[in-house]
Amino acid sequence: MKDTIAAISTALGVGAISIVRVSGEDAINYVNSIFKGADLTKKESHTITYGHIVYQDEVIDEVLVSVMHSPKTFTMEDVVEINCHGGIATTNKILEVLLRIGCRLAEPGEFTKRAFLNGRIDLVEAESIMNVIEAENESAMRVAMKGLDGYLSQKIHVLRQRILELLASIEVNIDYPEYEDAQEMTNQNILPTVRQIIQELSDLVEKSENGQILTTGIKTAIIGRPNVGKSSILNKLLKEEKAIVTDIEGTTRDMVEGKVNIGGVTLHIIDTAGIRETEDVVEKIGVEKSLHLIEDATLILVVLNNNEPLTIEDEQILKEVANKTVIYVINKSDLPTKINLDAIPAKDRVFTNTVEWEGIRALEEKIIEKFHLNELKNNDYTYLSSARQISLAKEALEGLKEVEKSCSSEIPVDLLEIDIKRSWEKLGEMIGETYSEELIDQLFSQFCLGK
Amino acid sequence: MKYDVIVVGGGHAGCEACLATTRLGKKTLLITGNKKNIADMPCNPSIGGPAKGIIVREIDALGGEMAKNTDKSLLQLKMLNTKKGPAVRALRAQVDKIIYPKEMMKTLMSQENLTIQEAIVEDLMVDENVVKGVVLENGEKINSTIVILTTGTYLKAVILRGSTKEESGPHGEKPSRFLSNQLKKYGFRIQRLKTGTPPRIAKDSIDFSQASLEPGDNILRTFSFDRTPTYKLEEQLPCYLIYTREKTHQIIRDNLTKSSMYGGYVEGIGPRYCPSIEDKVVRFAEKERHQLFLEPESKYYDDIYVQGFSTSMPQEVQEEMVHSLPGLEHAQILKYAYAIEYDAIDPLQLKQSLETKVIENLFTAGQINGTSGYEEAAGQGLIAGINASLKLEKKEPLILKRDEAYIGVLIDDLVTKGTKEPYRMLTSRAEYRLLLRHDNADLRLREYGYQVGLIQEDIYQKFLTKKEQIKKGIQELQENKITPTTTTNEMLKAMNTSPLTDGLTLYDLLKRPEITLEQVQQFHPMSYSEEVLEQLEITAKYEGYIKKAEKEAEKMTHLENIPIFDEIDYDKVTNLAQEARQKLKEVRPTSIGQASRISGVNPSDISILMIYLKKEKRI
Repeated sequence: MKDTIAAISTALGVGAISIVRVSGEDAINYVNSIFKGADLTKKESHTITYGHIVYQDEVIDEVLVSVMHSPKTFTMEDVVEINCHGGIATTNKILEVLLRIGCRLAEPGEFTKRAFLNGRIDLVEAESIMNVIEAENESAMRVAMKGLDGYLSQKIHVLRQRILELLASIEVNIDYPEYEDAQEMTNQNILPTVRQIIQELSDLVEKSENGQILTTGIKTAIIGRPNVGKSSILNKLLKEEKAIVTDIEGTTRDMVEGKVNIGGVTLHIIDTAGIRETEDVVEKIGVEKSLHLIEDATLILVVLNNNEPLTIEDEQILKEVANKTVIYVINKSDLPTKINLDAIPAKDRVFTNTVEWEGIRALEEKIIEKFHLNELKNNDYTYLSSARQISLAKEALEGLKEVEKSCSSEIPVDLLEIDIKRSWEKLGEMIGETYSEELIDQLFSQFCLGK
Repeated sequence: MKYDVIVVGGGHAGCEACLATTRLGKKTLLITGNKKNIADMPCNPSIGGPAKGIIVREIDALGGEMAKNTDKSLLQLKMLNTKKGPAVRALRAQVDKIIYPKEMMKTLMSQENLTIQEAIVEDLMVDENVVKGVVLENGEKINSTIVILTTGTYLKAVILRGSTKEESGPHGEKPSRFLSNQLKKYGFRIQRLKTGTPPRIAKDSIDFSQASLEPGDNILRTFSFDRTPTYKLEEQLPCYLIYTREKTHQIIRDNLTKSSMYGGYVEGIGPRYCPSIEDKVVRFAEKERHQLFLEPESKYYDDIYVQGFSTSMPQEVQEEMVHSLPGLEHAQILKYAYAIEYDAIDPLQLKQSLETKVIENLFTAGQINGTSGYEEAAGQGLIAGINASLKLEKKEPLILKRDEAYIGVLIDDLVTKGTKEPYRMLTSRAEYRLLLRHDNADLRLREYGYQVGLIQEDIYQKFLTKKEQIKKGIQELQENKITPTTTTNEMLKAMNTSPLTDGLTLYDLLKRPEITLEQVQQFHPMSYSEEVLEQLEITAKYEGYIKKAEKEAEKMTHLENIPIFDEIDYDKVTNLAQEARQKLKEVRPTSIGQASRISGVNPSDISILMIYLKKEKRI
């Protein structure tokens, strides 16, 4: 890990500035060798210097360079950040020059990996940083930032401490069976504590799964019979004309994707080909995909025509979505109602008229209500935000639930303790306090390039 | 005259060590300050208890002596934690302090290859970091290939009562005053530890009417796998339970600064696990009373040991304290309580084999390694003796793993984590204690004992038969079924368990928490020994939990099997945290598993280490 790594740390694309980050023993020397301006090696730590990047007599860009000395940097190594003018060409050129003079291109997540390996951040923090980078909106950012400041680690520490106390009180009975100083621990009297920890942990898991919605968004499928207005609903939600809208049935032959922010959460919307028996080959593939999407989506918007009775196809759709989170969008509300409303759950339906924009706001409100998005926004944002964390928390929870279940049987308390201990270790694994070798490999393979 | 092995110290570690080496055919000299104190029990008159009792069973399974000697000198025997699971059950014996050493001496005297000599060792002969023998107080030199130090509390021992300090071991024995200085010169880090013992009271001066009786169990048992009980249930001596009073606490508080500990006269660090009564009163000020057990020391003399009342107060305060106890108002103190300070080495300077890293062919065991307790000492003594013999035979050492034995946990903890206070074995130190049970110590370790050569052929054949029977018994339970007939279901109802709708194997029936093997035998009588039946019951009943523990242990074994090469230079492993680098240099772990248990070495250091090993193509 002695080599010096470099990467573009900002999203590539059109922005006012881009940042190229360099980290490692020779970071300052390398950048200084292509920098025209003051001598960077003589600059104090955490200062910014104006100058130009020049390579083989060619001026590449006018830049501001931040010099940060080890150890008070993100990676705890010497770090230089070059603020250059945005634009793919210029930024890439600077990176290219750095690589040519001896830097190595950072692997995905390598800056964070170094920060972790150098002891600057713990595992939860490392994951949180990845989440900040990938955060798509403000709420996700807030969840990620909370994790970053160790708030989450603190919460897990507290839970672990309580489990540890329980463990200790069981242990003391075993090692000092005749001493009355400690209360005799039995299946009955550990139960309240176990239940309480289960409660808090399942709360955290539940919130976190919602929290995952904040970071990953809600996968939403729009389905319905041909020409009931699916594409129009999409366009109105996206507030743009993305899907082709015509009066001819079967215009949308493949899925159309769009992202929209509702209540601070990103909705990934997929408009699907209308579901009907079809001979058209291209459309047929689309229909199969639509049915498959029902399986995959978190939210399904079923679009129905207010002006027609439910068809066999409609009823088939209603059957397909029965166990999912569904909102029934009854479109064409400007026309007389001919649809059988009794077949559609009242609390999940919304009337829209896409010609006049009517009902779109109500649909958004319905989505917010369905996912408690208002509550989420006001919440304390103490979420586990990666799948790994959530699955470890669930394993810990599982262990404790097993204890809860066995408490009523005649299994001796010191055996129950095996599961309690395992839960304690799982929580430790979440914050990197128990060593398990797959952990780190798994974690860092997920990281994106740069920070 | 040259010996194969010299053992310095005749306590519990020394006895096991010299018996192991001599039984393995090594000419051995045991040097003790006083033959009368061989296998002496200077503190509590009991052997065993949670975790410790399991160590005694392990010693027996490996071919050591402690279990057998305990069986010969019982005053009382009790199985502890019977209401809990099989993993934490443990035997504890009250032992006669006259008979125990006498029986051990008998065994030593009849042991071939063994010479015993009274002397004080004050130096080692060392040549280029290899030990060559010992130097006695009078300057006499004795040569040997291997030296095992089992010096107990005798290195620079100082006995403290209040502000009085006396250079002495227990029973006023002469300590070794210079050996620890010499060890320091050779490069050992020496630490000062402290332990203590309560007062002894004349039995006929105690009014036992105010105490509650603590009798032995009503079931005959033995510590050793190879013995039948020789004591009589009705001849067991009882212990008694009393409580301290507020008056006692007041006396302690009023005189606190007079105690050696609180008066600042003690340098050594004492164990948190058996605090003095001063400590209890100060640290748990809100407690109104503390339990004290009155335990007989011997059939042949009158002393009663007051367990829980260890103190370093001056004698006159001890008088007052003792007389404030219920029934002890007129008690006569035969021996005053004291604290004892002694030198120990830093066990991080040991290999897993208990050979020191500083001097080749030098082994250490017992309190010199920072432990406390007869059982911990004996366990180490046995391993040191075995490994000394293996070294003489140029064979690989016997290293027990953490999922194989409490002795393995003990030694791994010592050489990996070190200790700052006298180390006592606790069940909670073992991650896989469900695997390390009292009942299966032979199944875990007898094979090792046999291979080393400490288990005789006939004993081993008996063991193999037992193993075979267990296998057969399990098969029998798995192959036989009960069916939902009226009679069967009525019997089940009578056993308070749910009736059948389908066939059920006896094995699955036994798995029901409310069903015992005895009840299962009402459907299908089995003719196995008690020992075998016990294994069948535990195996079936706790199968789920045992499997879980085995799975966890496998994970550890995996890390344990990633070796760290001997000559690794930690300065070349870049990016290790400063503390981790220092600890790794100190401990020099032999595997990633061991490295991950060192305190101060974090998961990130372990991954850096793994990356380095991979880069160096060493794994």
